[in-house]
Amino acid sequence: MKLITAIINENKLDQVREALIEAEITRITVSRVSGHGRQRGENIYRGQKIVPNLLPKVRIDIGVNEAFVDITVNTILEAAKSGDEGSVGDGKIFITPLEECIRIRTNERGGEAI
Amino acid sequence: MYRQFKLVFVICVIFLIPLSAFAQDAINIDSGATAWMLTSTALVLLMVPGLAMFYGGLVRTKNVLGTMMHSFAAMGIMTVLWTVVGYSMSFGENILGGWIGWNPEYFLLKGIDESIMAAGVPEYVFSMFQGKFAIITPALIAGAFAERISFKAYCLFIALWGLLIYNPLCHWVWAADGFLLNMGAAGAIDFAGGTVVHISSGVSGLVAAIYIGARRGYPKTTISPSNMVMTMMGAGLLWVGWFGFNAGSSISSGLATAQALTVTQVSAAAGAMTWLIIEGLHTGKATALGFASGILAGLVAVTPAAGVVQPYGALALGTIASIICYSAILLKNRIGYDDSLDAFGIHGIGGIVGALVLTFFIRESWMTAAASANGGSWSVWQQFGVQAIAVGIAIVYAAVGTFIILFIINKLLGLRSSDADEMAGLDHSEHGERGYGMLNAN
Repeated sequence: MKLITAIINENKLDQVREALIEAEITRITVSRVSGHGRQRGENIYRGQKIVPNLLPKVRIDIGVNEAFVDITVNTILEAAKSGDEGSVGDGKIFITPLEECIRIRTNERGGEAI
Repeated sequence: MYRQFKLVFVICVIFLIPLSAFAQDAINIDSGATAWMLTSTALVLLMVPGLAMFYGGLVRTKNVLGTMMHSFAAMGIMTVLWTVVGYSMSFGENILGGWIGWNPEYFLLKGIDESIMAAGVPEYVFSMFQGKFAIITPALIAGAFAERISFKAYCLFIALWGLLIYNPLCHWVWAADGFLLNMGAAGAIDFAGGTVVHISSGVSGLVAAIYIGARRGYPKTTISPSNMVMTMMGAGLLWVGWFGFNAGSSISSGLATAQALTVTQVSAAAGAMTWLIIEGLHTGKATALGFASGILAGLVAVTPAAGVVQPYGALALGTIASIICYSAILLKNRIGYDDSLDAFGIHGIGGIVGALVLTFFIRESWMTAAASANGGSWSVWQQFGVQAIAVGIAIVYAAVGTFIILFIINKLLGLRSSDADEMAGLDHSEHGERGYGMLNAN
């Protein structure tokens, strides 16, 4: 089992969600987060150039069984990239090993519960 | 001493003679009526940010600013148009066979600088009061196609709609020589804009919602409100502002004002109560959105009726309007068109219900006056016929006109925002901003 965490541009949330649902990955947790990477965000605010130190992003967490890792990652990559080339600020995907997963309703454990 | 008095007297006479023309006008100002009309003008404007909050809270987080901008843009665009030609088109004398009015004096409001109306109110106040109605009417339509229209197309749409749909309707119903005002014994009754404002905007909204098509994912995915708290504040502001809308439409400060104010309050409350009860019985939960919808249904229904019904009639109007609007929204969900914020379901249906049902609650004295104007007799059903014709004309004119305007704009600019823009949200794609910024860490 793996936990896939993607930090994406907040404007791409619906595109990613629609693509995931299309690929039959329907379980998802979404949160609003702030952060920055190497992105140099230059915004115009009231005519002045300012460099914001934190940018709004969306974080997606999906727990998957091994067989679904590739399709999930590829779907996110495709949907979250801006244009064909992509641009700074499109985000990152982290994959971490997942030790256990328990469904609260039934007490099921492991791959069944995901 | 005496000579000084004489001199002062002579000077006074010299200055007073040429001033007497103005002095006579100045005497005619009824400061009570003017003060109330100034207040009403401000109250009706307050409804526009109220509407922005009401609609803004009902859309998704990514569209909140875009939706609020629909209301605010109307404040800018419609005021400018109203000043240049709108007032003249609405309240000038019949031209083009009575289709619109025109009075060169009203062009750019040039000729009303010192004009005082017969009601004792400066004409500036009346024209600005009426201008506020021209703002809120197209802003109401925006609820029907929220979350998916391009901002540029919207701006062009409300400008053309205001000029070609609102101004003629306003002229027919409210100008002294408008043909609906003079129909039947005592005219089609539309005290504060049931046909002009609510039926026209609701029907146009329905046409636009169908023409533009549903939001992406509707009705399969749930599209839930971003901020019900803001919606409730907006509904409250609309209720408060409606006192200017209805009670101000008496263009006086007296008995008619008091009558309109009372029935406005009563109908809004009856509508809200009824909606809660229906919803409680139907779904088991009385929602805040239901209460707000009931307020609006009641207010919309009493808008044409505020000048002619008594409180028991207002109770009935609010109740009936809520029942029918609730059913209309259920029906919408079954049919499946995406009138996103129920511009037609509340304003269109509520306006039609109000304009027709008011006939059965008209106060005695009005019917007596109508009968004597008609040479002895005037029945409720004759008035109902007049009301039905006015409603029918408003529906057909608004629907056909809106369709033509939408068709032309769609060819020129394209009405709908692109799929990518719609998914990203209008705040980002149309305005480059985001609402609810304070949720971000910095």
